[in-house]
Amino acid sequence: MTLITKDFSTGYQNKEVIKSINLTLKNVEWLGIIGANGSGKSTFLKGISRILEPSSGAAFLNGQNIHLSSTKGIAKDISVLPQLQTLDLQISVYELVCLGRSPHKRWWETGLNKKDLLKVDESLALTDMNTLRNKPVRTLSGGQRQRAFLSLALAQDAKTLLLDEPTTFLDVHYQLQFLDLLKDLNKDQKLSIITVIHDVNLAARYCDRIAVLKDGILIALDSPGNVLTPALMKEAFKVETCQIKTPIGVQVCTIKPC
Amino acid sequence: MSYQKCLNLFRKRNILNAAILLGLIFFVIILSLSRGSVELSTNEIIRAFLRQGDVTNQIIFWELRLPRLIASLLVGSALGMSGALFQGMLRNGLASPYLLGISAGSGLVIVLMISMGIWLPWIPYAAWIGAIVTTFIVYLLARSGGTISVERLILGGVALSSLFGAIQSMLLLQTEDGRVQAALTWLIGSLNSRGWSEIKLAGPSIVFALIMSLLLSRQLNLLGLGDELSVGLGNSLFRSRCLIGASATLLAASSVSVGGLIGFVGLIVPHAVRFLFGTDYRLVLPFSALLGALTLSTADLIARSGSIEFPVGIITSLLGAPIFIALLYQRQKILINRK
Repeated sequence: MTLITKDFSTGYQNKEVIKSINLTLKNVEWLGIIGANGSGKSTFLKGISRILEPSSGAAFLNGQNIHLSSTKGIAKDISVLPQLQTLDLQISVYELVCLGRSPHKRWWETGLNKKDLLKVDESLALTDMNTLRNKPVRTLSGGQRQRAFLSLALAQDAKTLLLDEPTTFLDVHYQLQFLDLLKDLNKDQKLSIITVIHDVNLAARYCDRIAVLKDGILIALDSPGNVLTPALMKEAFKVETCQIKTPIGVQVCTIKPC
Repeated sequence: MSYQKCLNLFRKRNILNAAILLGLIFFVIILSLSRGSVELSTNEIIRAFLRQGDVTNQIIFWELRLPRLIASLLVGSALGMSGALFQGMLRNGLASPYLLGISAGSGLVIVLMISMGIWLPWIPYAAWIGAIVTTFIVYLLARSGGTISVERLILGGVALSSLFGAIQSMLLLQTEDGRVQAALTWLIGSLNSRGWSEIKLAGPSIVFALIMSLLLSRQLNLLGLGDELSVGLGNSLFRSRCLIGASATLLAASSVSVGGLIGFVGLIVPHAVRFLFGTDYRLVLPFSALLGALTLSTADLIARSGSIEFPVGIITSLLGAPIFIALLYQRQKILINRK
């Protein structure tokens, strides 16, 4: 399962935000996308999530053009978790996760079969949402809500997971809890993951490789230690930093803006 | 397994709810068939049904009350379901079956024909075509890129409605008084003297669209998750918005061709259903159809029970609004108590 973009450009209406990105997501890899505000990292993710069409270039999944294949077929292999802070859903967690089986249903099928229900149960168990399954989604706390939507994505049974800033609205405890959960899924379920992520140190801690965007251009793609150098941090974020080695891996210590 | 138990309980309750609704509808059916200027006893109804006994009773049963009752059930279920479809698709509780220009399109055609006094027997067909064509134009206006935007659908509907509404008012002012009366009856909505010909015209498309819509319930649930998540789950926004919109329009247009522009049912019934049965559209859709049928047949029964007959459209709003406000208030109380 590999996801490849070739000269991938996309944007809104006439404005091209993402310019010719070439990138390969390896099998069972966790790739983090970082960049300053307005660098185009969310737009890039929307592009490969097929919410935006490419203006030139293409994205391929196992050699199949993502934007030209049936959207339902792609949904069996890629699940997407957009930023969800405003969604006010009255349905229960269980009903939400059941919708994750949609790519595996024909358009007229409204019910789920035994296999679907098993998968739903499995997803709820993996995200530790079993006890909350009958609660309405709108009443959940931020951390629980994020896990509920992750459970929805898992029920989709796709091997590639795209997440747009999944930890932005969580406190430190839930940030670590959620990313630990993703790490487990990455290792145990062999999921390939792309996350857009604001926090450079969280990216350094969890991701296998980090892609850095600046003004819609990919300026670096390598392991955290090689990417998060003072020179690159200065170029991408306009901050002076130093790299420090810690028990949890390479981290970045910010000094001042420049 | 506890969740399975909960689920089963839920399902049991739904079947019970459906049974209660069906029971109420059955009750209204019996009342509608027996009550009127000539009272029929249950025995007489059964005899008339078997085409036995008094010939006048047979005519009253077969040619007056039964077709009108069926018309009210069909139109009511169509309006309820259509409202639920539009509200779900547009993710907007203010959406009604008439939002996307159906009232404007068919209203304009009706007023045009009545004011000019031409092709009067063809009004139901023309109203149907007017509704469908207008919605089609609104859809064309809402197309942007490869998709259909909800905002543009709503705004296009509002804009076209006000344009057609203005022309309609202008025509009404130019029309002589006797004809205005006839036009108003269509615009308010009435089921007076609806017979088998109207049912034959609209019935098949309503039944077809009701079944079609039930199959679209999961897609409605998906649209409720928002565009991005919905696409991620493999739902084509363009296709599902076209299919749902087409079914809802077919329902609304067919109901207009039978009963005119009956208000309130399509807007409020889906809300009442969501209060009572939750937001899963696999339940909301069938229950909206049932509750719509119950509401309209009851309203029509009341409309023709007085000494003078009112258009049913007035009754639905006059009685429906207070009931809805009571329901809203009740729900508020429950929510506050829970907190």
